[in-house]
Amino acid sequence: MTTATPLLEIRNATKVYGGGFLQSGSRVVALQNFSMMIPEKPAVITTIAGESGSGKTTLANAILGFITLTSGQILYKGQDVTTLKGPDATTYRREVQAVFQDPYEVYNPFYRVKHIYDMVIAHLNLGYTPSQARELIEQSLRVVGLRGEEVLEKYPHQLSGGQRQRVMVARAYMMNPKLIIADEPVSAVDASLRAMILDVMLKLRDDLGVSFLYITHDLSTAYQIGDDIFVLYQGSIAERGRTVDVIERPQHPYVQMLINSVPVPDPTVKWGAVLEGVADESLRATVESGCRFYPRCPNRMDRCLKAMPPLYTIDGRDQQAACYLYDK
Amino acid sequence: MAEAAIMQTSSDAAPKSSKRFSRWDNPWLNSKFLVGSGMVLFIVLLGLVGPLFWDTRLARVGSADLNLPPMGITVEVDGVKYVGTAKNPLGTESNGRDMLALIMTGAPMSLQVGVIAALIGMGVGIVLGSAAGYLGGWVDNVIRTLADSVITIPALAVLITISAYVRQIELSTMALILALFAWPAPTRFVRAQVLTLRERGYVRMARLSGVPPLEIMLKEMMPNMLPWIAASLSGNITGTILAASSLEALGLGPTRIPTLGMTIYYAIRAVAMLRGMWWWLGFPILTLTIIFVGFFLIATGLDEIANPRLRGVKA
Amino acid sequence: MIPQPTSSFVPSAAGREVVLDVRNLRIHYETPKGDVIAVNGINFQVYKGEIVGLVGESGCGKTTAAMGILQLVQSPGRILAGEILINGHNMLGLTEAELRERRWRELSLIPQGAMNSLNPVMRVRDQIGDAIITHEGQQPKDKLKARIMELFALVGLPPRVYDLYPHELSGGMKQRACIAMAIALNPPVIIADEPTSALDVVVQRVVAQTLLDVKERLGVSMIMIGHDMGLQAQMVDRIIVMYAGNIVEVTPVLPAFHNPLHPYTQLLISSIPSIKERKPLKITTGLTHDLRNPPPGCSFQLRCPHVVDVCKKIPPAMIQREPDHWVACYLYGKEEKEG
Repeated sequence: MTTATPLLEIRNATKVYGGGFLQSGSRVVALQNFSMMIPEKPAVITTIAGESGSGKTTLANAILGFITLTSGQILYKGQDVTTLKGPDATTYRREVQAVFQDPYEVYNPFYRVKHIYDMVIAHLNLGYTPSQARELIEQSLRVVGLRGEEVLEKYPHQLSGGQRQRVMVARAYMMNPKLIIADEPVSAVDASLRAMILDVMLKLRDDLGVSFLYITHDLSTAYQIGDDIFVLYQGSIAERGRTVDVIERPQHPYVQMLINSVPVPDPTVKWGAVLEGVADESLRATVESGCRFYPRCPNRMDRCLKAMPPLYTIDGRDQQAACYLYDK
Repeated sequence: MAEAAIMQTSSDAAPKSSKRFSRWDNPWLNSKFLVGSGMVLFIVLLGLVGPLFWDTRLARVGSADLNLPPMGITVEVDGVKYVGTAKNPLGTESNGRDMLALIMTGAPMSLQVGVIAALIGMGVGIVLGSAAGYLGGWVDNVIRTLADSVITIPALAVLITISAYVRQIELSTMALILALFAWPAPTRFVRAQVLTLRERGYVRMARLSGVPPLEIMLKEMMPNMLPWIAASLSGNITGTILAASSLEALGLGPTRIPTLGMTIYYAIRAVAMLRGMWWWLGFPILTLTIIFVGFFLIATGLDEIANPRLRGVKA
Repeated sequence: MIPQPTSSFVPSAAGREVVLDVRNLRIHYETPKGDVIAVNGINFQVYKGEIVGLVGESGCGKTTAAMGILQLVQSPGRILAGEILINGHNMLGLTEAELRERRWRELSLIPQGAMNSLNPVMRVRDQIGDAIITHEGQQPKDKLKARIMELFALVGLPPRVYDLYPHELSGGMKQRACIAMAIALNPPVIIADEPTSALDVVVQRVVAQTLLDVKERLGVSMIMIGHDMGLQAQMVDRIIVMYAGNIVEVTPVLPAFHNPLHPYTQLLISSIPSIKERKPLKITTGLTHDLRNPPPGCSFQLRCPHVVDVCKKIPPAMIQREPDHWVACYLYGKEEKEG
């Protein structure tokens, strides 16, 4: 760990919905005590993996400022993002970009595609002259295999889903950000374009030093491009470490079940044996204390219900699993 | 049936047409919208262009013979036979006012009152509704409570009371009084729209691009709300015109100005129907009906234009 | 210019019973700028007791073809030509009444996002019961209950589901309820349109396993439409690859992944991310031509790394390379299409 200020630091982020006295709905702990750090250098692709209800979207929304945390802090270059004002806030918006899953929703159907570029040029103090900006837009579109004349003057509904997503990625590229939050950027895109978009992400990391927070449920793509990975289960970290380690040698029972269930695109490699334990998901675990995976865990013990297991380090590697099995 | 539910599946091969405007299905050619607009336009033209062809001074008392039926019709009023002539094609009433001239001057006034009141109400509604929806928190609570309270007040009763006390009512006063009750519904409506749109992808994108909240509301949300606002406005207008006409028919309107409602009032006071002068009541009511139905059709048509699913287009 | 269909159908392998025979199916979408040729006269067969995967990128026509087989194509789509033979009789050309009677009994559907097609105000048992009663007439109550419970057991739903509403079930359970509905009348063929796409990975596996169990125990054939090649590898016996409305390759599943013949299939296979191996990503572009105006000749010519002159003029016919492995590409012979 370097002593320099990390690019993004999340400390004990917790988000709880509902359950208050006057509020309707039961209490849902979307994110619990989540901590993470992304260094300024070198650029890394950090995967946040999880299924629905894991809290990964809540995390993305909190980092981008769409929701406020119940407790905990998100620090960008040492400053709490909720307290940023004025030029600092503009800098944050410029240096932290986002690419979302649905390539249609992010366009205002009323305006032409170039509107998304016009907005950032007008508000984020990029410091470019109009001709510089135009040139940069063209350049960023080239990176994703598009030309300005193909897409800029059109309306969103006139482009294909793949084109729309590529334009969004080009926009993120143009801003030359420090960090891109990519929330399921390739889930809604065809196989042929998936590789291109993932390749752009790698290029951005290697050539421009852009770090990524790659949020996904698809472990296969995470395996291809992720450097580090955090696997979330119902709001807490189940396991974290180098992507290669976690996926090839998963330690947490949930992650093991997960890896085992991913279909391998090779007919000779059938799914692994079904692990005992309840494979079918029940409605969200109501355990208030203790490990959230308890109802489905084949290795569950009494102590698992008493308190949430902390992250234990595995074998001197940079890999940790939140499971009492690894309590030495 | 489960199978019926399955029929919703769409294909993947057709080029994706826009959610709102299909390339060959021009939504503005909506029949309801066009017919409704035609009706309203007719009334507007009547008021604007009519006076060029017809002397509206005939709306003044004593400008023509009394109690004449529409042209070509013979009617017995108070035991006396009257024959309609081309000089007063729609007939006259007991004070010698020409019906056609009355309609020509009255219709635009009724329209004016309604439209101005509805516009004020919508304007207030947009401002308050946007603030409530976007800012949330206590601002939202205050505005929402206020709007909800005003809605529960029986508008007509209050309006009658106010009108009864205000001595001289001008058209503008009338419009303002009506606007008092025309703002809560648009406020709630706009608030609901803003709440929905706030979580849309493109609004989030705008927030991420550093666009300030006011600009987001005006440039990102408003254009997408316009069709709904227009439809809502048309609905509001019928409400205000109805309220205005009701007040006037009760005699609480501007006495010096021959709006449609006031004409109805005088007709009722003069017991026109029992005396056989159906045209005195009939033509103003017909005109009001055309206005109502016109705006109603515009509102429904705009609803369909804004929401393709109502047109039967499968999304 | 209207492209000619590729040659006549792939004859059935010796000894295998054909349950579904699709011949020269052609579906167009009418737009003011010309017809979009969504399905360009395809031919294929499904044998008894097998799962056939139908794969291709979006726009290739796989879902349209499936909807065509079910005759659920909505305007502006139209079935222009073809025969759809189930156990010998042609489904196209039946009256609406005849179709309704045949539909769930000979051919049923597990749609995408099936969980959302369950009626939220009816208990699951009533929805399945309805389907049975509609097609088979009134049933004695106890027989119906026994049958529904049997269906639940087949798909791995616990008996308590009998009294539950859809919202009381988890996503995986809802999907399995839809599977139960699809097999209720024991049809010979089921079309599953991306049946697990909305589910989490762990649940997906359970549901996929259910489908495999059902196939084993009932001997029902399935067409599995999807683009998750990993899932296809685990589940199907044969794969049909479509591109731009045409079938380009038909192959058993093993050669599909280990020895794909058609350049498009090769592209598809090489771009699959695998959780077992880290490899450089292969970059390609997406569909490049306008489906309204396809170029003459092979539909893949604009993206094919092996394109030659003849490809641009005449569409290739299906050539047999192995028993059961057919490919439409001049790389494997110079057979041109007939006519």
